[in-house]
Amino acid sequence: MFEDILITIATAATPLLIAAVGEVVVERSGVLNLGVEGMMVMGAVTGFGVALTTGSPWLGVVAAIIVGALFSLLFGFLTLTLVTNQVATGLALTLLGLGLAGMLGESFVGLPGIKMSYLYIPGLSDLPVVGKLLFGQDPLFYVSIALTAGVAYFLFRTRAGLTLRSIGDNHTSAHALGIKVIAIRYMAVMFGGACAGLAGAYLSLVYTPQWNENMTAGRGWIALALVVFASWRPWRVLAGAYLFGAVSIGQLHAQALGIGVPSQLLSSLPYLATVVVLVLISRNRRLTMVNTPASLGRPFVPDR
Amino acid sequence: MMRIELVKRPERSKLFAALSPFIALGLTLIAGAIMFSVLGKNPVEALYYYFIDPLREVWSLHELAVKAAPLILIAVGLSICYLSNNWNIGAEGQFIVGAIVGSILPVMFPDFQSWIVLPLMLLMGIAGGAAYGAIPAYLKVRFNTNEILTSLMLVYVAQLFLDWMVRGPWRNPAGMNFPETRTFSPSAVLPEIWSASGRANWGFVFAIVAAVALWFMLSRTLKGFEVLVLGQSPRAGRFAGFSQSRMVFFAFLVSGGLAGLAGISEVSGAIGQLRPTISPGYGFAAIIVAFLGRLNPLGIIAAGLVLALSYLGGEAAQISIGVSDKVVRAFQGMLLFFVLACDTLILYRIRFVGASAAKTVEATQNV
Repeated sequence: MFEDILITIATAATPLLIAAVGEVVVERSGVLNLGVEGMMVMGAVTGFGVALTTGSPWLGVVAAIIVGALFSLLFGFLTLTLVTNQVATGLALTLLGLGLAGMLGESFVGLPGIKMSYLYIPGLSDLPVVGKLLFGQDPLFYVSIALTAGVAYFLFRTRAGLTLRSIGDNHTSAHALGIKVIAIRYMAVMFGGACAGLAGAYLSLVYTPQWNENMTAGRGWIALALVVFASWRPWRVLAGAYLFGAVSIGQLHAQALGIGVPSQLLSSLPYLATVVVLVLISRNRRLTMVNTPASLGRPFVPDR
Repeated sequence: MMRIELVKRPERSKLFAALSPFIALGLTLIAGAIMFSVLGKNPVEALYYYFIDPLREVWSLHELAVKAAPLILIAVGLSICYLSNNWNIGAEGQFIVGAIVGSILPVMFPDFQSWIVLPLMLLMGIAGGAAYGAIPAYLKVRFNTNEILTSLMLVYVAQLFLDWMVRGPWRNPAGMNFPETRTFSPSAVLPEIWSASGRANWGFVFAIVAAVALWFMLSRTLKGFEVLVLGQSPRAGRFAGFSQSRMVFFAFLVSGGLAGLAGISEVSGAIGQLRPTISPGYGFAAIIVAFLGRLNPLGIIAAGLVLALSYLGGEAAQISIGVSDKVVRAFQGMLLFFVLACDTLILYRIRFVGASAAKTVEATQNV
């Protein structure tokens, strides 16, 4: 029982983790992409549709990653090449994604989806308590952990990561040093898009193997909040994602037990928790100032 | 490879400031035509049903006003927010809370029937929306919390709260267990403007009045100047003695109040009761309206009519040629993309540079 709850928490946390870690890279390069929800829902509909037509959830995952990255290019072109307002463009990406996904997925509504099978690591998954949690999960769970580790290593242990962070902190200086600010930001944005697409595919292929147009239910926005909560650090994103996973699974169990609080009010807990957490983390102004990439959201036009 | 370069204009282009929404609309129509061809529909026919057919009859023009009213009301409020650099994207939630608070009288005191009921409902709707908008404003001012995320999270909370209200405490006792409140008594219904010809109610009048009033405030008063200064340069605003914190509250209270007014007008005028879903995403479509109207309240009136037309056209096209009404939201999303892209033309000239030509262009410029 306890073991099962832990596993469902991991299932609820994984899509948040994948999307948020991708956004960490984007924001560390100084770009604020508020379109996570839109890219995620595009990934969800693509993953579901491709898995359904080909019969292979893995092809669905790959297609979702590609579509997520391509979709984020739209945002990249507007904000990086045409220097549009990043907040407004991110919103536009979300609205467009929700609209397109609703349209593309209309014929999928109500169809049974394909669920990705679990990956049991022989021997280790039989360990008591942590066995199934650590070694008997869906394959994307392992991907999410590896992704977190990889991004943490890349950002803080490699030269390329340092370059990316330097652009995020001061794009004018980075440009003066001969760093290709815009090209690197394009790559960061596409990485974020790919991650959001993958997170969407997780929702429609693992979390609830079906399609409906509201299935992301604000998770893209919660992922954005997680990035702030984690002060742009991958391992803290992991902690935050599991905290949110615990809140949303906790409220589901409370609903099942029927503790007398209306289900709708319990369902609003993850959203309220997001607000509370944001308040707690942002009330320390100095700490936020130190951690926020200094060029975040600011437009950059290279002067020759 | 071809490269795109931006060349800063010496000053804002007045020409493109006026033209860009029209270019964006044109591009959206072209993209829409392509989309319909891909869906296997005749694009000319589809666009006709979307954008011309709903304009041909009087009752249908009334429907246009019904749909445009909430969009304009919300969007003019949002324009104050966006001009002053406050990113309220939770208007959908403020709309819902305005509708709920405004419905307290007709739902809980259905026997209280008097001419005063309706004005009270409208005031309560405004107060509800403004109070809900004040939450992200307070959190931003007091704790420095990002208003984009908090205002959006509160949308989900409001939607779930409404769902609970109409299924739980406020469910119509005589309603066969349907998730809806009792229907409002006649004294609680917002009257139609000209009921002989169609359904348009006073909500549309409120929208026009609000737009003109805010246009006057923005262009003719000190408060409007304050909005623009604090939005463009908070530092300059501080030197002028304007308070950033008070502006945050002002923007959120105005936009929340107007969204609340839109909510109660919609429920009292167009629907007549509360249901689990009272808005087809007006709060989000209004963001598009605000930008399409170039954050100018008068432009927003026109933009609101365009977006309202897309909702009506969506319904018409679904009935006549079987295009799903889901296409509407994709359309609206595309429109915002094109609007934002075209706005670049106001500040920059765009130059296409071929890879080999790039050097020569630079060389000639240096001469």
